[in-house]
Amino acid sequence: MRARVLIRPKEGILDPQGQTVERALPALGFDGVSDVRIGRLVELDVPDIAEVEAMCEKLLANPLVEDYEVVSVE
Amino acid sequence: MTRFGVIRFPGSCDEVDALQACERYGDAELLWHRERGLRDIDAVIVPGGFSYGDYLRPGAIARFAPIMEAVADFAREGGRVLGICNGFQVLCEAGLLPGALLGNDHLRFRCRQVEVVVENVDTAFTRACAREERLSVPGKHTTGRYFAPPAMLEELEANGQVVFRYAPGQNPNGSLNDIAGVANEAGNVVGLMPHPEHAVNPLCSSADGGKLFASAALEPVPA
Amino acid sequence: MNPVASQAPHRSLGLTDAEYELICEKLGREPNPLELAVFSLMWSEHCGYKHSRKLLKLLPTEGPHVVMGPGENAGAVDVGDGLAIAFKVESHNHPSAVEPFQGAATGVGGILRDVFAIGARPIAILDSLRFGELDTARSRYLLDHAVAGIGHYGNSIGVATVGGEIYFEGPYEQNCLVNAMCLGLAPKDKMIRSAAAGVGNVIVLMGALTGRDGIGGASVLASAELDEDEDKRPTVQIGDPFEEKKLLESSLELLDRGLLTSLQDLGAAGLTSSSSEMASKGEVGIEIDIDQVPLREADMEPFEVMISESQERMLCVVEPERLDEVFTVCSKWDVRATAIGTVTDTRRLRVLADGEVVGDMPVEALVDDCPVYDLDPVEPSEPVYPAPAAKLDGRESPGDLLLALLASPNIASKRWAFEQYDWIVGSRTTRRPEEAEAAILMLELDGASGAIAVSIDGNGRRVACDPYTGAVEAVLECARNLACVGAEPLGLTNCLNFGNPEKPHIAWQLTRAVEGLRDACLAVEAPVVGGNVSLYNEGGGGPIYPTPVVGMVGKLPDPTMVPWSGFREPGHAIALVGPFEPSLAGSELEKLAGTLSTELPAIDVDRHAAALVAIRDAVRSGVVATAHDVSEGGLACAVAECAIAAGIGARVDLGEDFALFGEGPGGVLLAASPEAIEKLAEPLQPHGFRVIGRTGGDRVDIKAGVATLSVPVAAAQEAHGGSLPSRFE
Repeated sequence: MRARVLIRPKEGILDPQGQTVERALPALGFDGVSDVRIGRLVELDVPDIAEVEAMCEKLLANPLVEDYEVVSVE
Repeated sequence: MTRFGVIRFPGSCDEVDALQACERYGDAELLWHRERGLRDIDAVIVPGGFSYGDYLRPGAIARFAPIMEAVADFAREGGRVLGICNGFQVLCEAGLLPGALLGNDHLRFRCRQVEVVVENVDTAFTRACAREERLSVPGKHTTGRYFAPPAMLEELEANGQVVFRYAPGQNPNGSLNDIAGVANEAGNVVGLMPHPEHAVNPLCSSADGGKLFASAALEPVPA
Repeated sequence: MNPVASQAPHRSLGLTDAEYELICEKLGREPNPLELAVFSLMWSEHCGYKHSRKLLKLLPTEGPHVVMGPGENAGAVDVGDGLAIAFKVESHNHPSAVEPFQGAATGVGGILRDVFAIGARPIAILDSLRFGELDTARSRYLLDHAVAGIGHYGNSIGVATVGGEIYFEGPYEQNCLVNAMCLGLAPKDKMIRSAAAGVGNVIVLMGALTGRDGIGGASVLASAELDEDEDKRPTVQIGDPFEEKKLLESSLELLDRGLLTSLQDLGAAGLTSSSSEMASKGEVGIEIDIDQVPLREADMEPFEVMISESQERMLCVVEPERLDEVFTVCSKWDVRATAIGTVTDTRRLRVLADGEVVGDMPVEALVDDCPVYDLDPVEPSEPVYPAPAAKLDGRESPGDLLLALLASPNIASKRWAFEQYDWIVGSRTTRRPEEAEAAILMLELDGASGAIAVSIDGNGRRVACDPYTGAVEAVLECARNLACVGAEPLGLTNCLNFGNPEKPHIAWQLTRAVEGLRDACLAVEAPVVGGNVSLYNEGGGGPIYPTPVVGMVGKLPDPTMVPWSGFREPGHAIALVGPFEPSLAGSELEKLAGTLSTELPAIDVDRHAAALVAIRDAVRSGVVATAHDVSEGGLACAVAECAIAAGIGARVDLGEDFALFGEGPGGVLLAASPEAIEKLAEPLQPHGFRVIGRTGGDRVDIKAGVATLSVPVAAAQEAHGGSLPSRFE
């Protein structure tokens, strides 16, 4: 099975990358963009989808500062 | 004679610097990441660099190196452990120190001499310092912004676990409360972002960093 | 002509019809596609040095300290105590113009490999960068990403970036320059060469998987003029410093244990050039089995495997009995190592795939018989370059001019850039960027005495004014920087960055510049131990300024007695020493005024060389607190720069008219206690010596006849320090 995990900084944590992108977009002609957050995508083939959450807790994400979401399974 | 052990991970960069700094205050040797024991080491240094290329998150993979199990046991038993820069990141990922290091608020790698104020002189690595003493040391990192969730941060401050704070106006990365380094509750595990191993020779601008190694070489306080 | 536009396959690979005929002659038949690809790369300008090889023979390469001269992966000089410093500078211009982060990063990666390929542990990096004016978004983008790329690679691999230079000039807008220099430390008699040896020995490929990176990179990008086509992006190599760190440690351990017969890094043209060159130097043959090469993509064709420029790979020759030990060491460092071929006595490069011979070429034809062309130099009768855009209106006071110059990007502080580099790893750096005229690396931790000084310098615009004199000045600038820290030159490396050498006026620039380098190297006794040539740096907008970049390494006996670039205390006497004859020709002020001279005042190079020895001795006496050479912006800027460092002002009176912003070689500012300066008068008088003022106060006050300026030190600091950061807010 192919799992796709999205990892993003927790709400309330300063995301300077997201802010920089948010500031850069208007200069390129894109207005009205707000609340940009930048995270990470991990894709993996796994034998048992139930294990993916444990992988996130243990390695793929740092639960102190990141949220994760298993967004699709093919 | 205090025996220092400096861990070498694939990608460590400052381990030889740390080794040479330790050798000014005791005996020192390198510990290969695949070893499972610490032999008869008195103090462990987890050095700076880019272990495992900083892949996934800095320190995220190094924390699972075989030697880190021994380091965790050693720390739990009160052994002296110092994490420098990437080493600090490894210790936070391993849960041996509270909090996490995030990307610098200005998004770049920044290499700059900074002054840190010593706030806690009861740790294994600050016993040779005076309270409120300023140490001049170089900091060089992309991911050095210290973070802890509000409740944890409050507890840290209340417990005196903040060991080093950037001097006013010198916070190079946006760390909360200007925190440059912290300790565990017992004070035997310390981590900091700046590099004391690069500040042991006045010819390289400061010898203030030597005090951390000198502290570790003092006789341990009886339990 | 854009080679891609034409029909015949050899032409689309950058070979002329005559070259194709020659290949057929050497082979005794027509080449098959793989052989054609191999020849096209080995006979490209980048690999074959077709237009520069003859000229480079002019350069002096011998000296008492030379341990390894040109021809190997890097050159090396003896620094005493059984140690040698290996060093070289290389360019990565075309890839950086296309993808500046990876271009600059892999440029650093490549030069690092050249240094550890001869068994030296890299200890320092310097970079010399040139972009268009910072007014354009493109130049800011290139600068930003190139600096980030250099930092990314150098910092991650743990080698200190200790110095460099950055210039901004219109002619570099389409063709930026990224030159990276590396120094490494090795026991003098344990360095290894790249000649393959031992028929029957095994060829082992170490490091990263081989993919399609940079396919055609060498001949498509480096031997042709860049046009608007941005599609070159997929052929740029991607670097992985972690992979290289493992490869570096593994290679050094293999060498330490004496397990290798020879070692070569894979750079431009990958397996093709490495194997050909190893075989050529060793006068042997090499057989490569494509099926053994570990690939990143499954369906790669044999020719792609041969010309891939995937990074972080090395080739070594190993005796069969030592193969297991080699694999054990590589495995310890988690470095892939695979036997992919053998050394033969056929003097041919044979490539096998699927058990069949898919390429069979004589090594001599690939390497030694690469055509070498004569240049056809003709001094241009018309200006080659447009005048720079004027930024001044002619009504500025001397004080206004000083602040304008301090803020101009060529002169302004580069702190914005060098704070993105780790300049301390290794703990050898005793003078950091902008602390002294040269970077200083002490050798105490390596069990040796003294310290190494290194500087990298060049000024393309001045070489454009006068290629011969400009090139002489570049070497003198380096030597002057070394003298200011008390270092004796040991050797030099150079990168020649020029336009299209097939054009007579460019050929003239190249020829005159090399003649200038030769004469200056002889005068300061700094032999050339290696270098690099980057040609065809031109596009629709015209050629770059002719830019010879010089990197010089020196030794000084006592790192505790090195002066600083800035004033240290108020009350010090300031002296201007050396045969300095300021002229506005080729100066930054002339540029801001919108002019480009077509000649520079002649130089008596021996007189300058003698002055440098005297200055070096004065510095070595230990009494000098400040030593700062006069370069861009002239004397006024030099004094201001000294004041800016520690915020200590100065009061200077030349007593007569003086071109305060005039430039030229030879001038050094020294500051020390008045007693010390007085004692230096005697030895320095024959070379030019005048006391011009005192340090102190919070202003920079300079008087020269009727011209006066008085600028607060704080304003100078703001102009100098705030300029680059303000471009990136």
